[in-house]
Amino acid sequence: MARMKFLCDAERCIECNGCVTACKNENEVPWGVNRRRVVTINDGVAGAEKSISVACMHCSDAPCMAVCPVDCFYRTDDGVVLHDKDLCIGCGYCFYACPFGAPQFPQSGAFGLRGKMDKCTFCAGGPEPDRSEAEFKKYGRNRLAEGKLPACAEMCSTKALLGGDGDVIADIYRERVTRRGKGSEVWGWGTAYGLPSASGGSSQPQPAQRKGTR
Amino acid sequence: MIRVVLLTALLGLSACADREQVAEAKRSYQGKPDSRSWDNEPLADGSAKWSKGDRASWEHAIEARQLTQHEYKRIEQ
Repeated sequence: MARMKFLCDAERCIECNGCVTACKNENEVPWGVNRRRVVTINDGVAGAEKSISVACMHCSDAPCMAVCPVDCFYRTDDGVVLHDKDLCIGCGYCFYACPFGAPQFPQSGAFGLRGKMDKCTFCAGGPEPDRSEAEFKKYGRNRLAEGKLPACAEMCSTKALLGGDGDVIADIYRERVTRRGKGSEVWGWGTAYGLPSASGGSSQPQPAQRKGTR
Repeated sequence: MIRVVLLTALLGLSACADREQVAEAKRSYQGKPDSRSWDNEPLADGSAKWSKGDRASWEHAIEARQLTQHEYKRIEQ
């Protein structure tokens, strides 16, 4: 059974923003809403700059789903987290709950009126008839119903962004890491929270094997 | 002896009557139902082929698509 996931290889991402553009174009995402964006750390630092493309990660235990007061979220049989815009009240709880900042809110009007939440759909549309005009207008294109993968992953020129069944893309990534001999540490604690040598006396217990990963 | 066995059995089964101690808020989707990807006809352009309503064939088609992201396999084919 497929569990659809994204995986971004920071060793390959060149911050071209092709994925962002592909998403915007494919789904005709309104101005001010970014379903996907590229985040760069250590910008300009030679040898230390890394970029990753971030969007909804379609969590297996999604916090947005847990906090929604109107229960407008659902998970498809392929593990894609979607929501019903007819039910969404635009409260913003999901935005606060999401660790990736995936939920976006279109703003219109003079007083910053917040509209209904919009987020990455893994190019799987929403609860409207598949491949219909109504589905496209509310949620964007339903590429999964066309037997295709999300536009961002398919358009990625360096194939840094992988999309598809978690098991399949993990195998692709594993083989890359094995062949090039590095990259598995990119998503580890060392990158997210600093290496033990750079932690500056943190009280956080550090595993010994983490030393010298780079 | 029988009393002891019965008493032990009763004590053992008493755990079955325990109520769940964890408060669980039952959340369920309140919106419109959504259709499944494999319940659609494949596009006429032939970019992907599956039998309408057959999940396995749709998954097979999508997996073939996923493997196009694997350049080592593509190169070695």
